[in-house]
Amino acid sequence: MSYNELIKNFERIRDYMREFYVCGFKSREEYDKKSARSYDDERRRIESWLGDYMGFRQTPEGKNVFLAIDSRLSCHNPLYKAWKAKSFTDGDITLHFLLFDILDASGKLFSLREIMEHLDGYLADACATGAKTFDESTVRKKLQEYIREGLVCTVKQGKTLLYRRAEMTVLNCADALNFFSETAPCGVIGSFLMDKADAGEEYFSFKHHYITQALDSDILCAVFEAMRQRRAVTLKMPGRRTGEITEKRVVPLRVFVSVQNGRQYLMAYWERQKRIWSFRLDRILSVQEGEVCEVFESLRVSLDRMQQHMWGVSTQGGKCHLERVEFTITHNDGEEYIYNRLLREKRCGQVERLNAHTSRFVAEVYDASELIPWIRTFICRIVSVRFSDEALEGRFRADLQAMYRMYGLPGDGRGEAAEL
Amino acid sequence: MIFSELYGVYYNAVAKILKAATQRPVTRQQMQDIVKEQAFSESLLAIEPALLTGRWPLLRPNGTAILQHAPDMPLTMLEKRWLKAILLDARVRLFDCGMEGLEEVVPLFLPEDVTIFDQYADGDPYEDEAYIRHFRIILNALKERHPLAIDVKNRKGTCTHMNVMPEYLEYSEKDDKFRLITSGCHYGRVVNLARIQFVKPGKLEGKMAEWAKKLAPCPKEGREKKKSLVFELYDGRNALERALLHFAHFEKEAEKVDEKHYRVRVNYNKEDETEMVIRVLSFGPFLRVVEPEGFVELVRGRLASQYILDGQPDSRQE
Repeated sequence: MSYNELIKNFERIRDYMREFYVCGFKSREEYDKKSARSYDDERRRIESWLGDYMGFRQTPEGKNVFLAIDSRLSCHNPLYKAWKAKSFTDGDITLHFLLFDILDASGKLFSLREIMEHLDGYLADACATGAKTFDESTVRKKLQEYIREGLVCTVKQGKTLLYRRAEMTVLNCADALNFFSETAPCGVIGSFLMDKADAGEEYFSFKHHYITQALDSDILCAVFEAMRQRRAVTLKMPGRRTGEITEKRVVPLRVFVSVQNGRQYLMAYWERQKRIWSFRLDRILSVQEGEVCEVFESLRVSLDRMQQHMWGVSTQGGKCHLERVEFTITHNDGEEYIYNRLLREKRCGQVERLNAHTSRFVAEVYDASELIPWIRTFICRIVSVRFSDEALEGRFRADLQAMYRMYGLPGDGRGEAAEL
Repeated sequence: MIFSELYGVYYNAVAKILKAATQRPVTRQQMQDIVKEQAFSESLLAIEPALLTGRWPLLRPNGTAILQHAPDMPLTMLEKRWLKAILLDARVRLFDCGMEGLEEVVPLFLPEDVTIFDQYADGDPYEDEAYIRHFRIILNALKERHPLAIDVKNRKGTCTHMNVMPEYLEYSEKDDKFRLITSGCHYGRVVNLARIQFVKPGKLEGKMAEWAKKLAPCPKEGREKKKSLVFELYDGRNALERALLHFAHFEKEAEKVDEKHYRVRVNYNKEDETEMVIRVLSFGPFLRVVEPEGFVELVRGRLASQYILDGQPDSRQE
């Protein structure tokens, strides 16, 4: 098939865009999952959509392609463009504009026969080829599709089904759309709405703005839909080690979002494991709705309870035994902001002011290893640190020793394995 | 369904062309300009011939549209449901929003469906009436391009008066805070909205009028002083993926050195250097900064202080 910049399926382009944007160090040969032709087509498409952000680097292994985007300088998420590249047929686009011209804003009702007559009139008027016609079945299917999308309504008059366009929604919220299209879940929908309005000036920029979540918008949308209906779902996911696609039946309970790395997780009750578990949205390939879950509310209450001991998304299966983490930091006069940092970043932990220059943080959590990166941000102030899991404490100290040596400070010999 | 041609750039571009063509014959140049603005860099190759040859029989040979009305369509149910969800967000009150026709619509999601688990706890007070009033005055000043007179409380609790030209509002999801970026004031360019005690429109005269002329539209490339750092990454404990995602929002370039080692260059704003230091530290021994030497020293300095603390008896706890 000849190259087309539009695409039918999103899944493949989702992988390539993530690779180019997040990693960007692979050569053409390393994209071994697909054929070289596929790679060339996908690269060309992404260049067509995001050419301003695309970079190339020549290496001995070949040319590497990457996307370099400073999201602070982009008022709108450039990755949304991929969602606006769905392919269609000549008939789809022609029917679209003709149908909405027939079903005009007056709200007048039309039977299918009347619509067909109008369509013939339009096509005779265009008279460019004279060959274009639509059969009733095609038009009926398109109208059904628009009914499902909420664009067209029907009224039964006797035995005849009449069609009209749905009510127009009055929107006067350009600023809110500008803001929420970047900050709200499924923000790409806000971007669709903005495309319909004439673009105004931009007044917002976004710091610490992770844009890769855009690529998981349809998965997120399907998860929300299931949660609204209290339904179980079947997730298709590749296995972490083998890559083999597996199916998991779960009850979606809540979406957890990180604003410090952009990852999104589905917290769900995994029926096979009989536990509440986290599933990374970017690893989910598809979501298929199942039956209504009668115990949805009680599962959510369980998650609420568990959240009191979750630092991130790890539940360790909701085990009874909690791990304790405790560390003390020192801060000098004029460093009140350090104490304030503890207060604003403590999440489920507790902070205690021991004296003017010392504060202590304590938490009891399912998985203490999730705190380690955060505790390291206090390096240069840590007076003491204790983990109830001794092995974890040993690892923390060994890592610190390795860091000393990495930067030319004498260590005590521990942590060799972790060094660069 | 999010992935639909209804939201695609081709439909949008053709709608704009047809809108122009319902008023007067559209020229090829106009068509090209619209496609260039609305669609992708190669879209013209597909859209122009399809319309001109009648493959999409929507234009007459003379360039007028066969439609009787300028094209438009109602919102899809998905769009309505997303809008309804947005109306439940506390931050929506900051905006003067008008949305009619959503009364019967089921929101796509509810606030309780989403948890942001690592957001800082001292976010801005979005439901505070004074904060909302300040936000709206500022947003209006940005649109009208007029200066602002602001009384702002600093970290020490004292109040400072500033006359500024507002440039744009910056929102951080991590901090859950808005900051106003300004020009024309020697006290600094950044004002935290939550610290504002009072704000009112100022007069566009003298120095402020000069600043107003210089204002560039978003994005603001070139206004902030950029720096870059290079680090080597050892891919242990999934550090590669974690680090690349963590630094994903910066302009960056990654290079594979060998099977386990990578070299990454990250560009950042100078004002965020301290934050960058602690973000680097959070990766422990899996990430080593190699350039520039000044940044290496910042990391080494913190480790040296910790090294000294490690050698001391644990005596300051109680």
